[in-house]
Amino acid sequence: MQAKWLDIGPVTQIEPGMAATLPVIGGEEIAVFHTMRGEFYALVNKCPHKQGPLSQGIVHGDSVTCPLHNWRISLRSGEALGDDEGCVPTIPVKVDAGRIYLLREAVVPPTPAQRKAA
Amino acid sequence: MNAPTSFDKASALREKLVVIGNGMAGCRAVEEILARDPERFDITIFGAEPRVNYNRIMLSPVLAGEKTFDEIVLNTAEWYAENGIELVGGDPVDHIDRERQTVVSRSGRAEPYDKLLIATGSDPFIIPVAGRDLPGVVTFRDLDDVDKMLAAAGQGGNAVVIGGGLLGLEAAHGLSLRGMKVTVIHLMPTLMERQLDEAAGWLLKTELERRGQTILTGADTQEIIEKDGHVAGVRLKDGQEIPADIVVMAVGIRPSTMLAKTAGLDCERGVMVDDHMVTSDANVLAVGECVQHRGLCYGLVAPLWEMCRSLADHLTGTPSGYQGSVTSTKLKVSGIDVFSAGDFSGGDGAEDIVMRDAARGVYKRVVLKDDKIVGAVLYGDTADGNWYFDLLKKAEDISEIRDGLIFGQAFALGGGANADPNAAVAALSDDAEICGCNGVSKGKVVDTIRAGACSLDAVRSQCKASASCGSCTGLVESLLALTLGDEVQAGAKTLCKCTSFTHDDARRLIVEKELRAMPQVMQELHWTTPDGCASCRPALNYYLLCAWPGEYEDDQKSRFVNERLHANIQKDGTYSVVPRMWGGLTNPRELRAIADVVEKYDAPMVKVTGGQRLDIFGIKKEDLPAVWADLNAAGMVSGHAYGKSLRTVKTCVGSEWCRFGTQDSTGLGVKIEQMTWGSWMPHKFKIAVSGCPRNCAEATIKDFGVVCVDSGYELHIGGNGGIKVRATDLLCKVGTEEEVMEHCAAFIQLYREDAHYLERTAPWLERKGLEWIKAQMFDDPDTVRRLAARFRQSQKFMQNDPWAKRASGDRSDLHQHLATIRPALTEYA
Ligand SMILES: Cc1cc2nc3c(=O)[nH]c(=O)nc-3n(C[C@H](O)[C@H](O)[C@H](O)COP(=O)(O)OP(=O)(O)OC[C@H]3O[C@@H](n4cnc5c(N)ncnc54)[C@H](O)[C@@H]3O)c2cc1C
Ligand code: SF4
Ligand code: FES
Repeated sequence: MQAKWLDIGPVTQIEPGMAATLPVIGGEEIAVFHTMRGEFYALVNKCPHKQGPLSQGIVHGDSVTCPLHNWRISLRSGEALGDDEGCVPTIPVKVDAGRIYLLREAVVPPTPAQRKAA
Repeated sequence: MNAPTSFDKASALREKLVVIGNGMAGCRAVEEILARDPERFDITIFGAEPRVNYNRIMLSPVLAGEKTFDEIVLNTAEWYAENGIELVGGDPVDHIDRERQTVVSRSGRAEPYDKLLIATGSDPFIIPVAGRDLPGVVTFRDLDDVDKMLAAAGQGGNAVVIGGGLLGLEAAHGLSLRGMKVTVIHLMPTLMERQLDEAAGWLLKTELERRGQTILTGADTQEIIEKDGHVAGVRLKDGQEIPADIVVMAVGIRPSTMLAKTAGLDCERGVMVDDHMVTSDANVLAVGECVQHRGLCYGLVAPLWEMCRSLADHLTGTPSGYQGSVTSTKLKVSGIDVFSAGDFSGGDGAEDIVMRDAARGVYKRVVLKDDKIVGAVLYGDTADGNWYFDLLKKAEDISEIRDGLIFGQAFALGGGANADPNAAVAALSDDAEICGCNGVSKGKVVDTIRAGACSLDAVRSQCKASASCGSCTGLVESLLALTLGDEVQAGAKTLCKCTSFTHDDARRLIVEKELRAMPQVMQELHWTTPDGCASCRPALNYYLLCAWPGEYEDDQKSRFVNERLHANIQKDGTYSVVPRMWGGLTNPRELRAIADVVEKYDAPMVKVTGGQRLDIFGIKKEDLPAVWADLNAAGMVSGHAYGKSLRTVKTCVGSEWCRFGTQDSTGLGVKIEQMTWGSWMPHKFKIAVSGCPRNCAEATIKDFGVVCVDSGYELHIGGNGGIKVRATDLLCKVGTEEEVMEHCAAFIQLYREDAHYLERTAPWLERKGLEWIKAQMFDDPDTVRRLAARFRQSQKFMQNDPWAKRASGDRSDLHQHLATIRPALTEYA
């Protein structure tokens, strides 16, 4: 049986206020954020504007400002804030006993067998 | 056998309830059951600790010497006896046999049950470092732990507390009151990060340090050091060693689920229970810190009380159902008031109301969503904590009292209309003090406004109200509104939405009030957001860096990506790299190194830049350190082509080769570049040196341009070849290369100390005027020297190659991927 959640390592590997990247073979690169208030979020690492790498933006509150053209993206919903419109997919994250987990099905596409079973 | 006989007769008829855990939840559950139906159960409680039930949260005051153990006992031996409860103390349950409905204790005692209640609480989490089992390493959970700490404290010496959360800080406080020298090691950058935001965490840290504790944040424990079979200290990952006679581990707790798990009950993080606290076995219930209810585990007592009520309701036949709890926390350290409740992490549609009163050391933040309070953090003044918490739990609509909400219950509810802050100010008498820092009364502010000061800035400069700490800004604004109605002029542009201060004010106050850290600036200057935004953070980082060279620690997370990664981000998310070529000169070795890098990393393009350097494009973030290592090996350093800093010094060939050249423009350019490189500036900064007025290096559209002439050097400033082309103004003429260098350093420093962040020299010059700049430099014969000296002083700390550090492995976390997710190949088959 496959675990529902993917363990991607200890919380200490990302400093608060920073983000890290996680490439997915055959899928979209993921940006994992650690806010200054100690919360974790994950988004597809592509700004809805022109695909800027959100992981490299400045994190403030629970949003990130894209490094390319300063769109502000909500880390909770993936939506562009302010007057801009657009949305980037979010990936559910949980933290347990000092480790970060991503919801597996949101990261890895289901196998054909799993798809059939569903 | 010590159960009183009066109950013995009936007991055969009664159901048998066995409780595992003689702690706060276990006993409370029994109390609740007895209150509803004292005759129903025949009760046996097993406790691992050899004592009656006591108030665990009061262990902190016991440690601090504010209470004795007797004072914190909740139920005495008489209580057990009077209620016919058998307490099996000091004998933990080892095993639950669900088939036979029996529990077995360590001493071998078997006890059958009809209903079983698991209330085993939590186990302290022990970080798996070497030395964790040494004598002298203790946790903070029960009275035995407190006794160990007290014994150690009796000897004096050093204590290290690992963990800067609630428990850790309470332990540190107690040990410090008992005379030990205490160091708190905390992994995260702010204390109590789960209850407090950065601002409140910073205030708390400052206060604890003032009381003599050493607080190390961002500190990761490597191992616990031993000497003569006893703990002797703690070594951190960065190599630092802290001596210790006792080490307290307070890094967290874990629901104690071992028993339940081995008995085959459903467990995740905690023992899974439904709304009636029933586990996956209908005859087994669980309550307290060991349970998980609707996905949540709790580590505080308030939720336990609610759980115990529903549990008792269920067992006595009138099920009610537990709905989950919203929790609030307070730190029990005398003299420090901290309160936090609900979800204060913001979120979509959430609005923050922040009040900071630097003079009183108060920080309050209330988070609203859809006109309801969803969270609150209070520091320094927690009197209204319960009121906010109550509004939060009841989900009250606060739109009516919103304006006065942050000022607390008394003010907000001071009768409908009074909630209007303007009305409150209008009611003040004329001699009421508005600005405490400068002693300005309401009458004086109003007079100043009537005399023509129509903006906050005008009031600030004319009567000084709100010009210092700024905590009265709101009051002054109200007075402006009251006195002028609609005529209030919008003030000078503030630094960003998070503050009412302008760039100039923020810079001035950082120096005047000696503010040395970002959270400190935000607190003292009353920032209205908890951690700023993408505009103010880089600006404040720069202002601090400029004000306190060598002292202020650069804040990476407040830097734009280019400066964080020391390369230029391009539209496809790759980076470009420009090594420094002093004065535009290069040689075969450098060219070869660049060519090799281009081939080795498959860079799709190399380009000569406008500043006479070579730009290598298309490098991946993870390859950057390797690219730099190769360039460094050929003696090249970072060109800072990415930074708000000195970019290039462009030169022409000058007297050495050109038939028109009057001076050695190339050689001078190299010298200038070697003096100025590495310096952080408000914006990018470009320099050029031309050998004669033909100006082949285009010195008259640079931030600082030198045009060599027969009789010496013309110095030009404020040029820009960007969006709005601007030719330079002539600053002065000097006779020697030394004077060029001195004036260049002085001008840069003036710009560094005065311009707003992201303001290039051209708009800065136009804003301040050429005359102002000349006056700053020349009115006093000594200023050029003084400015230049300050520049050179700060350069001592700036001139180190950021590439070399990274290439040697520093901050590799900024470049590497966390990992790569590779779905198993079969998944695609
Ligand atoms: C120092 C300190 C300060 C605190 N301060 C606060 C505070 O200010 N506010 C707040 O809300 N909360 C505070 N807490 C947390 C609070 O004490 C707990 O939330 C509460 O005690 C949990 O109750 P419980 O019954 O689930 O667990 P506990 O009170 O820990 O009781 C569990 C009991 O089960 C026993 N046990 C475990 N396994 C077995 C077994 N196999 N057989 C028999 N017995 C067993 C244990 O010995 C223990 O006595 C504090 C905790 C500590 C340690
Ligand atoms: S600026 Fe004058 S000295 Fe320099 S290259 Fe041009 S003509 Fe020659
Ligand atoms: S790509 Fe993110 S703002 Fe343009």
